[in-house]
Amino acid sequence: MSKATHSIPRSIAAHAVLSAYTILALFPVVVIVINSFKTRKAIFRHPLAFPDSESFSLIGYETVIKQGDLFLYFQNSLIVTVASLFFVLLFGAMAAFALAEYRFRGNTLMGLYLALGIMIPIRLGTVFILKIMVASGLVNTLTALVLIYTAQGLPLAVFILSEFMRQVSDDLKNAGRIDGLSEYRIFFVLVLPLVRPAMATVGVFTMIPIWNDLWFPLIIAPAEETKTITLGAQVFIGQFVTDWNAVLSALSLAIIPVMVLYLIFSRQLIRGITAGAVK
Amino acid sequence: MGTLELKDIHKSFGDVEVLKNIDLTVEEGEFIIFVGPSGCGKSTLLRIIAGLEDATSGDITIGGEVVNDRPPSKRGIAMVFQTYALYPHLTVRGNMSLGLKQDGAPKAEIKQRVEQACDMLSLDELIDRRPAEMSGGQRQRVAIGRAIVRKPKLFLFDEPLSNLDAALRVNTRLEIARLHRQLGATMVYVTHDQVEAMTLGDRIVVLNDTRVEQIGAPMELYNNPANIFVAGFIGSPKMNFIDAKLLGRDDATTIGIRPEHISLGGEGGDIEGTVSHIERLGGETNLYLECGDMGLISVRLFGAYDFNIDDKLSGKFEDGRAFKFDEAGMRII
Ligand SMILES: Nc1ncnc2c1ncn2[C@@H]1O[C@H](COP(=O)(O)OP(=O)(O)OP(=O)(O)O)[C@@H](O)[C@H]1O
Ligand SMILES: [Mg+2]
Repeated sequence: MSKATHSIPRSIAAHAVLSAYTILALFPVVVIVINSFKTRKAIFRHPLAFPDSESFSLIGYETVIKQGDLFLYFQNSLIVTVASLFFVLLFGAMAAFALAEYRFRGNTLMGLYLALGIMIPIRLGTVFILKIMVASGLVNTLTALVLIYTAQGLPLAVFILSEFMRQVSDDLKNAGRIDGLSEYRIFFVLVLPLVRPAMATVGVFTMIPIWNDLWFPLIIAPAEETKTITLGAQVFIGQFVTDWNAVLSALSLAIIPVMVLYLIFSRQLIRGITAGAVK
Repeated sequence: MGTLELKDIHKSFGDVEVLKNIDLTVEEGEFIIFVGPSGCGKSTLLRIIAGLEDATSGDITIGGEVVNDRPPSKRGIAMVFQTYALYPHLTVRGNMSLGLKQDGAPKAEIKQRVEQACDMLSLDELIDRRPAEMSGGQRQRVAIGRAIVRKPKLFLFDEPLSNLDAALRVNTRLEIARLHRQLGATMVYVTHDQVEAMTLGDRIVVLNDTRVEQIGAPMELYNNPANIFVAGFIGSPKMNFIDAKLLGRDDATTIGIRPEHISLGGEGGDIEGTVSHIERLGGETNLYLECGDMGLISVRLFGAYDFNIDDKLSGKFEDGRAFKFDEAGMRII
C-alpha cells in the first residue's frame, strides 16, 4: 500500500477491529483445545487457564482413543463430507454452467427455483425426508446423509457459481466450439479451471456445515456403524455424568480434518472472495 | 458460385430484430469487411456464419454446401477473436494443434502444419510458452496462427486488432494483408477502423441498424456512396453535410462535401466562416470553420499551414465533388 493512502490512526483502528473479531471468533475454539489437555478438576476450577505441570493431563485423549469406535466415526464424517462436497461441486457447477451459458425458455425461472433453497432451510422437511428414507430403505446409511447434504449444498453452489460462470469469456468457449471440443470438454477443461477460486469458496461454505451437523446424523443415521464424529462425541455426554475430558478431546480432534480441508481450499478461497475487487 | 453465400438472413433476440434481409455472396479468395456503428449486428452476423449463433431464418452456404445445421467445427471455418481467446492452460503449440487433434489429423501432419504457421508468423521462439507469458501482439499472432493451421475455407475475424496499441495494429494489419495474399484464402473481417476497412478489403459491407446499406469496393464507397449514411461513415474526418437551402440550391435536400474537397481562399467561395479549431498533423492540417447556420465545417488540407484561430476564410467546393441527397437520405445522381 502506498503512503498516500495509508494513515497510521486509520490502520490502528482497522487492526483493532480485526483483532477484536479474531479474539471473539477464536475464543471458544481455544477454550475447547486448552481444556482438553487439563484434568477434570482444573477444567472446572480455572476454565480459562492454560494447562500447567499440575493440571496437564491427557486423560481425555486416552479415553477417546480407547473408545475404539471413534476412528470409525471419523471415517464416516470424512466419507460423508467429501462425497457430498464432490457431488455439490460437480452438479452445482454443471447446473450453473447450463444456466449461465444456454439461452432457453424459463432460464431465469429455473435459476430462481434452484436458488430458492438458500432461503428455505432443508430441516423444515425433516419429517418427509425421514419418511422417504424409510420407504427407500436408506435409514442408517451414509448414502442417505450424502443425498441430503448434496441437496442442502446445491442451491448456494448454483447461485454463486452461475454468477462466476457468466464472467468467463464467451470468446474462449466459442474458440473451443470452433476447434470441435464437446460441451463437456469446454466445461471441464476450459471453464472449470477459470472458476476454481469460486469453487473453493463454495467448497468451504458447503463443507463446514456438513462436518458440524448433528441433526441429520441423529435422525437419519444414528446407528453405531454410521455415526459421524459430532454424533459420536455425544456418547461422552451422559444424562447424569458427562466425561468432559473426553468430549473436549473428541471435539479438538474433530477440528483437525476440517482444518486440513480448509487449508487445501484457502489459497483459492482468498482469491475467490477478492476476485473482481482487484483485477 | 461463392465460397460464402448468405441468403435472406434474419436474426432476432426475443422481440428485438438485430438483422434483416441480409444477402451476400463472397467469391473465392475475397477479403470482405463488415463495418458499421456499434450494436448494428456485425458480430452477430459473423457468429451466425460461424455457427455459434443460429439464424432465425435464411440459408448459409459455405463452399457450396448449406451449413445451417452443422456445428462450427464442421463448417470449414476458423475464427480470430478480439480478446484472442487462447486456451490459458496450453502452450502455443497446444493452442494451435487442438483443433487438428479433435479432427483426428495424424501427429506428423499436425507438427508440420504448426511449425509452418509459426514460421509464417515468426512465432518459433514462443512455441513452448503459455498465453500468460506473452504480450498482446504475440497472443494475437498465436490466435491467427491457430486459425491458419486449420486450413479453413473461410477465415472470420472479429475486430482482431482493436485490443492492440497503434504501432502493433499497423504491423499486424500488414501481416494480415500479407497472409491474405500468401494463402489466397477467403476472409471476412469485422472492424470499426476506417483504415483497416479501406486498406484491407476487396469489398466493404456497410451495415447499419439491422440492414446492409451498401456493398462495394472501398473506393467505390468513397466515390459513390449510395446514401447519406454510407457517405458519412466512410472517410475520416467525416463528410460535411449542409442544408441545400443555405447554399442556395434547390436540386437536393442535403449537400455532402468531404473535408479534403474544399479548397480555401479565392473569391466567390461556397462557404465562409471563422476558424474555430486547428489540428496540425504534420503531413496534413485539419481546420474547423464555424459557418453560422451551416454549423461546423471541417476542411482537410495537405501540408502545413499558418492559419490562426478566428481567421476569416472562404472555401470553395472542388468541381463535381459535392454529393446530393434527397429527403430520405438517398443519393441523387
Ligand atoms: N445474446 C444476446 N441477447 C440479446 N441481444 C443481443 C445478444 N447478442 C447481441 N445482442 C444485441 O444485438 C445487437 C447487435 O450486437 P452485435 O454484438 O452483433 O453488435 P456489433 O455490431 O458487433 O457491435 P460492436 O461494434 O459494438 O461490437 C445489439 O443491439 C445487441 O444488444
Ligand atoms: Mg462486435
